[in-house]
Amino acid sequence: MIGQKILEVFSEAACEHNQAKSDKDRKKGCTKVATPGAAAGGCAFDGAKIALQPIVDAVHLVHGPIACEGNSWDNRSALSSGSRLYRTAFTTDMSEMDIVYGGEKHLFKAIRQIRERYNPPAIFLYQTCVPAIIGDDIESVAKAASEKFGLPVIPVNAPGFAGGKNLGNKLAGEALLDYVIGTEEPESTTSTDLNIIGEYNLSGELWQVKPLLERLGVRVSACISGDARYREVASSHRARAAMLVCSKAMINVARKMEERYGIPWFEGSFYGISDMSASLRNIARLLVERGAPADLIERTELLIATLEKEAWAAIEPFRQGLSGKRALLITGGVKSWSVVSALMEAGLVVVGTSVKKSTEKDRERIAELMGEDAHMIDTMTPREMYRMLRDAEADILMAGGRSQFVALKAKVPFLDVNQERRFAYAGYKGMVTMVSEIHRTITNPIFRTLRDPAPWDPGCRITPLV
Amino acid sequence: MKGAAQEDAGNPPSLPEHVSVNPLKMSAPLGGALFFLGLDRSLPVFHGSQGCTSFALVLLGRHFKESIPLQTTAMNEVTTILGGGENISAAILKILEKGTPGVIGLCSTGLTETKGEDIAGEIALFRKKHPEHAGVPVIAVSTPDFRGSHEDGFREAMVRTIEELATAAPKPVSGQINVLAGSHLTVADIDALRELLESFGLDPIILPDLSRSLDGIVPDSFEPVSMGGTTLSEISRMGSSEHTIVLGESLRAAGEALLKKCGVPFVVVSRLMGLAAFDRFLVTLRHLSGRDYPRPLVRERNRLSDAMLDSHFYLGGLRAALALEPDLLYDMGHFLEENGAEVVASVTTTASPLNARMAGAKAEIGDLGLFERRAGERGAAILVTHSHGRQAASRLGIPLVRTGFPVFDRLGAPHRLSIGYRGAREMLFRIANTVWSRDAENTPQTWYPSDFAKAGGQESGREAASGFASAGNGLRPQPTGRIE
Repeated sequence: MIGQKILEVFSEAACEHNQAKSDKDRKKGCTKVATPGAAAGGCAFDGAKIALQPIVDAVHLVHGPIACEGNSWDNRSALSSGSRLYRTAFTTDMSEMDIVYGGEKHLFKAIRQIRERYNPPAIFLYQTCVPAIIGDDIESVAKAASEKFGLPVIPVNAPGFAGGKNLGNKLAGEALLDYVIGTEEPESTTSTDLNIIGEYNLSGELWQVKPLLERLGVRVSACISGDARYREVASSHRARAAMLVCSKAMINVARKMEERYGIPWFEGSFYGISDMSASLRNIARLLVERGAPADLIERTELLIATLEKEAWAAIEPFRQGLSGKRALLITGGVKSWSVVSALMEAGLVVVGTSVKKSTEKDRERIAELMGEDAHMIDTMTPREMYRMLRDAEADILMAGGRSQFVALKAKVPFLDVNQERRFAYAGYKGMVTMVSEIHRTITNPIFRTLRDPAPWDPGCRITPLV
Repeated sequence: MKGAAQEDAGNPPSLPEHVSVNPLKMSAPLGGALFFLGLDRSLPVFHGSQGCTSFALVLLGRHFKESIPLQTTAMNEVTTILGGGENISAAILKILEKGTPGVIGLCSTGLTETKGEDIAGEIALFRKKHPEHAGVPVIAVSTPDFRGSHEDGFREAMVRTIEELATAAPKPVSGQINVLAGSHLTVADIDALRELLESFGLDPIILPDLSRSLDGIVPDSFEPVSMGGTTLSEISRMGSSEHTIVLGESLRAAGEALLKKCGVPFVVVSRLMGLAAFDRFLVTLRHLSGRDYPRPLVRERNRLSDAMLDSHFYLGGLRAALALEPDLLYDMGHFLEENGAEVVASVTTTASPLNARMAGAKAEIGDLGLFERRAGERGAAILVTHSHGRQAASRLGIPLVRTGFPVFDRLGAPHRLSIGYRGAREMLFRIANTVWSRDAENTPQTWYPSDFAKAGGQESGREAASGFASAGNGLRPQPTGRIE
């Protein structure tokens, strides 16, 4: 069953990445097999959990031995405006006895206990490698528990060995499509109801965007899944339009919701000023096409004009300090080119950007921005990155937390732009924060101090005090 | 005086201060007592009313969590008018009757200085009258409460002690070195310094040595004198050292006194915190000792480098307000600046040539009231001062890093290391953790609060514009209303 799902999500018709492939390649799917000895990045379970855990009022129960939850819980900054239940870690912590006799009964009892103690609106039940191998049937357990306790228990069948994080994101989407979306009806609907798909509210980024939509009178009926309530997701099939953020993760959700419920969608990004504006424009356009008041488009343009002006004005003071500084940007997919454009506006020179997850169109846009000799990086080993930084080919590395120590050990400033980041970088204000953070780290005097020779190093010019 | 000090460039002119609100400063006799507490078997005595002694004793006790030997000449109304000479000799006789201190440090106070007591003369009289006590040195120090701060009193006591007890030698002892340790150095700092100097093959005499007296010893018997510290014979031998390292600009006069009396050359070291400063200190030690750098320093320096990298996310751009005695303020301010923080306000206690060379704006002489105002006006995100800064921290809603003297509401202040590579690393982690612990989680209202204030009201671009003032990078203060 899971094999079938994997084939299905990887032959995703709406995926640009997929469209660009030959028939033969497409059949192979996106199951890039991780290279033993040279793999980095999370597993399918990780990806599924990341995608669903931001549903904040649900319980997320991990069926597996302690590693899967015990080693990973509370490691992301997806924020909630209310319930904290999503940050409480639940796992069956399987023992040897469970492996020998099977863990289904244990799992069922765990669900009952959660129901008694926490009474959540829903429980997401995550499969992991060990119970998958011994044949624990979480779908059946979920079904039985749902019936017995009268509460949605959603099986998320994405054991780690199935593949990488991205596959897990998609399988999580499938779980929503199969068990959640369309199972409840909203209390009310409006002509401007919008779904945001693939936004996880990391460090509160949704809140850098949502107030602007509210100013325009756009109602976010569900964000899948940042700061979401179970009920919102379950009734999200009544929205008029959808925006897909970070396309490669939940594209199946957007496409299938269009198929099933006729919700048109577009793919956009909240990173970078121009991308943010483009996203607002697309939201307005789609909603008007679906019957929202026509003046929404005009009001959107007005808001964009004001906010863009403010953002550029706020970035201006940093331009002098950043002018000519070279940034190396190693981050995922669509984020790249729009962040590149904003960084360039702030006076930075982008000496290289990763295109691992970018589509052909993204690459074209990057080439357009950075010129013909744009340094597009597919994969970069930490060693290579270290060399580049040590040889002073870049003044700052912007990447995920994993690369942090590569940069710091090379005594080069670093900015975390991935999920563990401390600051929120979405929308107009987020971009201003990003530029101010780059400025803050790049102007820190410690990097110069640390490059000075130690007293015992040749070339030390420190004179004794007299 | 205070009004004049505030007309410095870079600070807005303010009205002359007629009232000191929440004092930063402590008195000179207290500094004198602190110095004497670092001598072995010593007993400081205040020539003043019993209250002078009591306040100092309680404060020293609250900081060190030790019983503090400190006596008083217990001046009263009558003796104040008629002269306190009798009280001095009565006090000394009583002390000698009860125990056997190695040295008595007699600090004058505001009361007896105003009266015009000649304490040096009184001691001379006592010596003549009681030759049987000639073996116990009594060092008289002029420390009127109305002049200077505890850093000044500490120096005065040191200068007088050197003048009285150090003896010139015909030939210096190879490798022997004097360390005049400033009042801002902790027990842990002094321990680390001694180890360091010894690892360069030097034989240090540290004056005073709080690491042997106020380091939490649990003795077998109770004695009303300091139990450890620099011995009288060590002080006497200071005249035969090759060199003197003066730790703290405030002690320059003590270095000069030793040069004048015994011909020992000195070097003033005003920075020991942070990478670059300690590099320079080590280069100096290598120069003085002729020995190569001890190996463990390589690793310690590496660890500090790494700590600087790890903590710079929190210290970079951090707006810090400092209120400390000049020596510590100078070292701490530049240390923070080395690590990317911005010193937005410096308040200090007493005149010092360092005051014009502080990190950030020129230091102002003032109190914690001024400090609180400056920190508020300039948007400080962290306060660095002693424990009395806690009220300001609470009112401003920003965290306090307790440093200097006194730290009475936390344990272990005397054992905190802040100098050298290791001390800098510890201090960085401490400050970074303090900042981190206040890293507030974002909320739906973080970026567009006005939208929420109006409860879904009219759209207004203008109001949003004002929200840009802070780029939402979490470095702004958030009031908590709790005492830190």
